[in-house]
Amino acid sequence: MTIAIIRFGGSNCDRDTYIALEHLGFDSEIVWHEDGLPDDTSGIILPGGFSYGDYLRAGAMAAHSPIMDEVRHASDDGTPILGICNGAQVCCEARLTPGAFTINERARFQCEHVNIRVETTDSPWTANLEVGDVLEIPIAHAEGRFEADDETLNRLTADDRILFRYCTADGEVTDEANPNGSRDNIAGLLGRHPHVAVMMPHPERATLPDLGLTDGQGILTGVAESLTV
Amino acid sequence: MGQYTATLTVRLKAGVLDPEAKTTERALGRLGFEVDELRRADRFEIDLEADSASNAADRVDEMAERLLANPTIHDYAVEIEER
Repeated sequence: MTIAIIRFGGSNCDRDTYIALEHLGFDSEIVWHEDGLPDDTSGIILPGGFSYGDYLRAGAMAAHSPIMDEVRHASDDGTPILGICNGAQVCCEARLTPGAFTINERARFQCEHVNIRVETTDSPWTANLEVGDVLEIPIAHAEGRFEADDETLNRLTADDRILFRYCTADGEVTDEANPNGSRDNIAGLLGRHPHVAVMMPHPERATLPDLGLTDGQGILTGVAESLTV
Repeated sequence: MGQYTATLTVRLKAGVLDPEAKTTERALGRLGFEVDELRRADRFEIDLEADSASNAADRVDEMAERLLANPTIHDYAVEIEER
């Protein structure tokens, strides 16, 4: 039983994720994308970074690596999957999750702490949290502005698939609290299956107490009970 | 088999914000150019062999749908020329 952390050429948060999971007591393994998923994969994380130098669009190249077919099958089999930052971009490009993460409204790379509000707990990744909880977590991206058409957005809302929204420290969802111009302040969302989640903020950077923030722990530990054997 | 050059133009759908285009527009303004609006697009030139021009266009359509464009945010247009 292991959480597979998929490394593409240009991933750079794979080791951070490994260390965060180790700190929380999970077995995990960094897997080179060409080697395929380990047989005992019980959860999958697509980490942050700049796979393939963000050529074409962030995540576009990695989304077509053959390992993504395995990820798709695993998602249909109930394996919890989390795409973080570049991993979120990869999942949207691979159409595991709807919409797209594209260039920030202010057209620059942003590395800062943000607040996000939990919008649903109908996912293993937020099962340990409460709706309305506010988490302080870092972002580090240039292409994090969530875009989706009205129909997609309405469907996400109706199906309770919006996972996190950017908010103030008090949990208010405002334009000022939206760091990148994401539609409806969306910072994270769920795929067709609620166990497939993507988010632009980095929970693995808010897990080790030595690094200051620990609000990411609840996201990573939430999955423990849902890990398939 | 004929030899063709396909030109694929990928642009953001109307209404999708393009921060790079806005920034570029402002930079032109600083240089003294008066611009009503600037739009930006990616252009791919693809040499390929196909049975016919329409077959070549179909293949480039598929390339756009599967990789070169993101249908969530992009529109695209394909032009085919014999080479």
